[in-house]
Amino acid sequence: MNSHIQQRVQRSLRRRRLVEHLFRWAGRVSIAIGVGAVLLLFISIFSRGLAAFQQTYLQLDVEFDPQVLQLQALSEQQLALADFDGVVRKALLREFPEVVHKRDRRELFALASYGAGLQLRQMLEKDNSLLAQRISVSLLVDDAFDTYVKTWNKSAPVMGRLSAQQREWIGTLMGRGKVITLFNRGFITRGDSAEPEQAGILGALMGSLFTMLVTGMLSFPIGVASAIYLEEYAKKNAFTDFLEVNINNLAAVPSVIFGLLGLAIFLNFFNMPRSTPLVGGMVLCLMTLPTVIIASRAAIKSVPPSIREAALGLGASKMQVVLQHVVPFAMPGMLTGAIIGMARALGETAPLLMIGMVAFISDIPSRISDPASVLPVQIFLWSEEPERAFIERTAAAIMVLLVMLITMNAFAVWLRKRLENRS
Amino acid sequence: MNDPGSKSQPTAEGELPRVRQLASLSGLRARSTSPQTVGAPFVDQAKFSLRGVNVHYDGKQAVCNVSMDIAANEVIAMIGPSGCGKSTLLRCLNRMNDTIEDCRVEGRLELDGEDIYGPRLDVVPLRARVGMVFQSPNPFPKSIYQNVAYGPSIHGLARRRSEMDEIVETSLRRAGLWREVKDRLNQAGTSLSGGQQQRLCIARTIAVSPEVILMDEPCSALDPIATANIEDLIAELSDNFTIAIVTHSMQQAARVSSRTAYFHQGNLIEVNDTRKVFTTPDHELTEAYITGRLGQV
Repeated sequence: MNSHIQQRVQRSLRRRRLVEHLFRWAGRVSIAIGVGAVLLLFISIFSRGLAAFQQTYLQLDVEFDPQVLQLQALSEQQLALADFDGVVRKALLREFPEVVHKRDRRELFALASYGAGLQLRQMLEKDNSLLAQRISVSLLVDDAFDTYVKTWNKSAPVMGRLSAQQREWIGTLMGRGKVITLFNRGFITRGDSAEPEQAGILGALMGSLFTMLVTGMLSFPIGVASAIYLEEYAKKNAFTDFLEVNINNLAAVPSVIFGLLGLAIFLNFFNMPRSTPLVGGMVLCLMTLPTVIIASRAAIKSVPPSIREAALGLGASKMQVVLQHVVPFAMPGMLTGAIIGMARALGETAPLLMIGMVAFISDIPSRISDPASVLPVQIFLWSEEPERAFIERTAAAIMVLLVMLITMNAFAVWLRKRLENRS
Repeated sequence: MNDPGSKSQPTAEGELPRVRQLASLSGLRARSTSPQTVGAPFVDQAKFSLRGVNVHYDGKQAVCNVSMDIAANEVIAMIGPSGCGKSTLLRCLNRMNDTIEDCRVEGRLELDGEDIYGPRLDVVPLRARVGMVFQSPNPFPKSIYQNVAYGPSIHGLARRRSEMDEIVETSLRRAGLWREVKDRLNQAGTSLSGGQQQRLCIARTIAVSPEVILMDEPCSALDPIATANIEDLIAELSDNFTIAIVTHSMQQAARVSSRTAYFHQGNLIEVNDTRKVFTTPDHELTEAYITGRLGQV
C-alpha cells in the first residue's frame, strides 16, 4: 500500500515539475518579447536619429567685401541690412566660375543654406576686424545637400529634390575636399526653424524643463499635503470615501480633458499668457496630482505603526509624529511617485495642444512666462514635415526625450536608494 | 494591604463596585468561580487608581468593569490568556488607545488623583509622565543618539548640547546599554540586536524621566539571554519607577513583579502579591491558568 502511495506521489511530482518548467519558460519568453520590443524601438530610433547629430558643411573661402555687403559703416543697423547672402554667392561662384546662366546660378546658390549668410553676419558682428578679410569658413548647406552627402544610396527617391547638375556640383566639391561633416552643434544650441538644417531642440528642451519645474513645484507640495491630510487627519466618513473615489477617477481621466480645463480656466477666465510653460505646467500639475496623491498615500500607509506608537508613547504631538517620523519615512515613496508622475507629464502632448503650446516658436524661452514648445510637441510638429532632415531630427528629438525620461527615472531610483539607506 | 469589606469608589456610571471580603484572610483557600475581582486590588497610596473601567472596541467589550490600584514604585505584572484585555487596559494608562478608532473607554482612571480621561487633560504631558515600551523593539530609523535624545528634545528637557549628551549617557547607562554602544552612538538604532534594541527603547523611554513605565510584553520577541537582561533591568528600574508589565510568561511575572493581576475574558479576576498568586491563588480561574489547566474549569 505504501508503494502504491509513493507511485502516486511520484506521478504528481512529475506533473508538478512539468508545470513549473513550462511556467518558467513562459516567463522567459514574455521577458524576451518585452526586451525585444524595446530594443527594436531603440534601434529604429537611434539608427534614424543619430544622423541628425552630424551636419554637412561647405568649406569655402569667403571675403567680407564691403562693396558686396553694401556696408558703409559697422553699425548694427547697417549690419542688419548688409547682403551677406551676396558674399556666400560670391564664394560659390569662385568655386564654379563657369556657371553664368541665371537659372543655373540660382540652382548653385540653392546649395547653401539660408542660414549661411546669418552665420557670416554673426562672425562679423563678433569680430569687426574681419571686414575686407578673406578667410576659410565652414558654411551651413541646404538640407537636401546634407541628406545627399549622408545617404549611401545616391539614387534613392529622396534625392529627387536635387537636379542632376546640383549633384554633379556636390560631387565636384566633395572631390575637392570642400565638403566636411561636423558634429551638429546647432541642433543642441538653437530653437525651432522652418529650415531643417537650422532647426534645433534647445527651445523645446528649455520649454520642457520650465514646464516640469512648474509641474513639480506645484504638484509635489499640493499632492503631499493632500495625502497627509487625508491619511492622518481626515475622519473616515462618506465624504472622504467620495474624495478617494474621485481622486482615483481623476487619475484615469484622459489627459486632453485637463487641457480643455486649462483652456477654460487658466486662459479664458484668468487670462494667463498663452503657450507658456507656466500654464502648461499648471495643466500638467492637475494631471499629475492624482498620481502624486495616490503614491504619497500608499507611502504614508506603509509607515510601520510601531514607529508612530513609539513617537506617541514618548509624548510627541500628532504634528510631531507626522512631520518628524511619518513624512521622513514616507519621503522616498512620495518622491518616487512624484517623479513617475512628472515623467508621464513630460511625455504628454494633448493637454498642451489645448493651451496653445503647439505654436511655431523659434526663440529659446528664458522664463516660465515666455512662449515655448515642449519636446513631445516638437516631435509632433517635426514629424509632420516632409523633409528627410526633419525625419532625422524627429528621431533625434525622441532620443533627447528618452534621455530626459531615463535620467528622471534614474534620479528617482537613486533618490529612493539614498533616502532608504539613510534611515 | 488587603482592602476589606465593600470599599466604595465612585465610578463613571455612579455604581459602587463591591470587593468581596477575602477568604484568604480567614486562612481558607478561596474557590471563587465568579468574575468578580478577588484578592487585594486596592492599596493605600495609589499611583494609578482605576474604578469601573470598561473598554469597547467597535461594539465589542474588551475590558469589563475593572477596578484596581497600582502603587508607586511597585512592579505589577498583568497576566492572562490572549484576548483577556490586559494589553488594552495597559494602553489606557497613557491613552495610547486614543489612536484606535472606535475605541471607547468608560470609568474613572486617575494618575495621582487626576482624571486622565478628563476633558482638560493634555495627552502630551501625560505620555511624558507615563512612558511605554512596546512588544517588539521599535527604535526610530535614526541613530542611537537621536533615538534617546528624541523624547528630551521634543519636551525641551535639555537647553544645551552638553545637557543632552548627559541625558543620553545617563539613560543608556541605566538601560545597561552604554558600554555596548558608547563608541557607535551615530550608528542606526536599527543596526543593534533585538535585545539591544529593546534596551534602547527602554533608554529612550527613561530619557524623558517618566514616573510610570508601561511594558507590553517587552520580551516576547527576544531570546532567553536578552530576556534575562531586560528582567534584571526591570528589577533595577523599579527603585525609581512604577512599572506595569504585561507578560505571557508566568515565570517572568513571578521573577520581576511584586504584585500580579490576573485577567480573564476582560474581567480582572485576581490581584495579589505575586508570591501568593503563584502559590495559593484565591480564585479557581487563576489557579487553573498558572497550573496550565485553563479550559478545564
